[in-house]
Amino acid sequence: MAYQLTINGQIHEVDVDGDMPLLWVVRDHLNFTGTKFGCGVAQCGACTMQIDGVAQRTCVLTVANAVGKNITTIEGLQSPQALALQAAWVELQVPQCGYCQSGQIMSATALLEKNASPTDADIEAAMSGNICRCGTYSRIKAGIHMAAAQVKNAGGAA
Amino acid sequence: MNLQRLFGSKAGDASNSGNLSRRSFLKITAGGTAGLVLGVNLTGSAAVAQSAAGAAAEGAMEFNAFVSITPDNTVKVLIKHLEMGQGVYTGLATCIADEMDADWAQVVCEHAPANTEKYANLLMGQQGTGGSTAIANSFTQMRQAGAAAKSMLVSAAAAQWSVPASEIKVSQGVVSHGSHSATFGELAVAAAQQPAPDVNTLALKDPSEFTLIGRENTLRKDTGKHNGTAIYTQDVQLPGMLTAVVAHAPRFGGKVKSLDATQALARNGVEKVFQIETGVVVVASNYWTALKGRDLLQIEWDDTAAETRSSGRILEQFRELVETDGLVAESQGNAANALSQSSDVQELVFEFPYLAHAQMEPLNCVAQVNGNSAEMWYGCQSATGDQAAIAQLLGTGIENVKINTVFAGGGFGRRANPVSDYVLESVRIAQQLPGTPVKLVWSREDDMKGGYYRPAYVHKLAASLDSNGKPSAIHIRVAGQSIMEGTPLAAMMMVNGIDTTSVEGLTGMTYDIPERQVELHSPTVGVPVQWWRSVGHTHTAFSKEVFIDVLARKAGVDPVQYRLDLLKNNPRETAVLKLAAEKAGWGTKELPAGWGRGVAIHTSFGSTVAEIVDVSVTGSTFKVERVVAAIDCGIAVNPNVVRAQVEGAIAYGLSAALADEVTLTDGNVDQTNFHTYRVLRMDAMPEVETHIIASTNAPSGVGEPGTPPIAPAVANALAAITGQVLTRLPLKLA
Repeated sequence: MAYQLTINGQIHEVDVDGDMPLLWVVRDHLNFTGTKFGCGVAQCGACTMQIDGVAQRTCVLTVANAVGKNITTIEGLQSPQALALQAAWVELQVPQCGYCQSGQIMSATALLEKNASPTDADIEAAMSGNICRCGTYSRIKAGIHMAAAQVKNAGGAA
Repeated sequence: MNLQRLFGSKAGDASNSGNLSRRSFLKITAGGTAGLVLGVNLTGSAAVAQSAAGAAAEGAMEFNAFVSITPDNTVKVLIKHLEMGQGVYTGLATCIADEMDADWAQVVCEHAPANTEKYANLLMGQQGTGGSTAIANSFTQMRQAGAAAKSMLVSAAAAQWSVPASEIKVSQGVVSHGSHSATFGELAVAAAQQPAPDVNTLALKDPSEFTLIGRENTLRKDTGKHNGTAIYTQDVQLPGMLTAVVAHAPRFGGKVKSLDATQALARNGVEKVFQIETGVVVVASNYWTALKGRDLLQIEWDDTAAETRSSGRILEQFRELVETDGLVAESQGNAANALSQSSDVQELVFEFPYLAHAQMEPLNCVAQVNGNSAEMWYGCQSATGDQAAIAQLLGTGIENVKINTVFAGGGFGRRANPVSDYVLESVRIAQQLPGTPVKLVWSREDDMKGGYYRPAYVHKLAASLDSNGKPSAIHIRVAGQSIMEGTPLAAMMMVNGIDTTSVEGLTGMTYDIPERQVELHSPTVGVPVQWWRSVGHTHTAFSKEVFIDVLARKAGVDPVQYRLDLLKNNPRETAVLKLAAEKAGWGTKELPAGWGRGVAIHTSFGSTVAEIVDVSVTGSTFKVERVVAAIDCGIAVNPNVVRAQVEGAIAYGLSAALADEVTLTDGNVDQTNFHTYRVLRMDAMPEVETHIIASTNAPSGVGEPGTPPIAPAVANALAAITGQVLTRLPLKLA
């Protein structure tokens, strides 16, 4: 069946089964491979995208349920928060294997877009759904704090 | 893992140029847009290979190519190891760029292809990544490659400018003399015309001259990981590619008895269903369709040859075994006799579960088979082994097996399978679809239930104590499956039936205990097992360090002091332990009420790590709040990567200390995904502080040595505050 999806501001048409998770539509049909597959059951967060601004696990979100939503993938991040996070990830050398980091950044972006000054507890609450087997958690936390400070400073200067 | 045995040479030897018998550098190709391509021929690597594998002929001319420079001023470095998060891109490129005096910003990295002659691990004698050897085996080789490239650039500049080469300076990618100046790119073509230097004439830098090695601000080179552009196996896309999933037997050793694929084949998008040695394959246009097709298969399994025991029963067998004599792995004095004579004997039995690697990227592999040749795309960790296994399967030579290596989404040992399990599975599938690239994808469930676990073990440690409460004799028995038996590595790693990786860390114990005996039982169990980050040290460090802490408390001596007393003849471990204790405020920094502090120290892969842990305890729950680590890994090529590896190694080991456990019920694996195999998440991650001992010694391992001490340090902290001595992993307070 044909579905129209709005991904990173562009409209895409796909012809797939309605129960196919958005993750696989995006990866296997639209060839955006930045979003990763980790568990398939919404346990690891590697597949996180923003759906209408909310971080969601797309390995369990069917394409039929994604129609009419604003879908943002790692490839489409543009907000000041997202860019500050990506810069912090490089600066603090957060990634190791890197496989989970698209999902980490998507979850962190959703957090910062809602909460400009998250505490450690806020970060842990928002990020504990994202697994990193390389154990980069401390650097992820530091990266979120760094990005939050950077966005605030830029806002103050503007 | 015992590097000396596996690799036939001491870990540090390959980085000591004096041990390499003869070297020469050859220029392989030159000119054109390729610019300078430098081949480094190290016959010394053949000598090492020979002692390890008994194969390569002395003086054989091997050909290694690591560096090229393009006219657009890019220094391209080929990385002979798999980048799976441990930082080999950065580390190896740093060594080359430092000797070249390149500008770090102009350096790009690429995985080298599978080619044992050019890209062997000098400690293994074959191309492969593991045993925390990537930097240790490459340190000198990469610096020589960089120095040789620089020498050719200088010669070219000297000729162009008619000045003495000795007066030319090179700094940050610029070659200069007086008013002359040129970039590497500008000189690349001319430099390629220069005769390749003899490596023996190249003076490598003294550590005081390093510009990149040891520097804090050298950013990692494995880029694209912050914006989704880094390519992993899962992301490989090829024209006409199909995706395959496999229905494996639910029990290890099970076989297909009957198959009805009618419904699966009726599903739109399912292209093919067929049986291979390891199960039933469903091939489809994409992963989701293949998975749904697999759900529709009707398979009856034959468990005649399958392992049908529960893990509880298996461990019970191991507990019985440690009460009986095993094969003697190490003996000094007569420990058994000393214990039987002693009136003061301390004894503990330890238990360790099977563990899954659970790397973030589930196993996968892309294969295309055309007749008797194959091309592969995946995070290849054992190039030589995989290439040989594929060639054998296809009945062809290794020259017909091309391997393209991409980033791996974690490995922790799993991707270096000694029998190339999932790699061969992908080739068997591709054989059924000649000319079509096929991506084999294991679901998380396939990965978690797929075996090749860290083996389960039971240890029994018994010590007799002298009048000062110090151990005068120790008698140790270990029971658990051999990782090496039946693999191509058995010939190297097994001595008189003893798999040295089962007891490493308990053998060669650094504590000064006059009489000691280590015995081993290696029962056969139908659960496939494999190395897991830090191999035998994953369990041996735990029993050793928990036991020594128990002895310290029994003697009424501070656990750090007790260890220092037993390490009097080991200045390296002494220094590391003292540094960790000082930085953690051992004995000086007070703990809040309800908190405990514990210590552990262990040497593995040539490096020593001490960790001091603070835990908070509430009833029967606890949280690891803070870890202070000290490491001696020789020269820290990139201190930030070293710290990242120690942080990661602690997180990985802590995950196993807190919750990881694979169990079997009647042969079926109970854990299927991350809701039942509960790995460490951010809310349980402690603050980690890593201190690196300043050293000018050759670099030793970094990826693994941080893992062994964490679980015992946590157990010891819990014992300090609760009095409970926990002897089973994962740790559970009563």
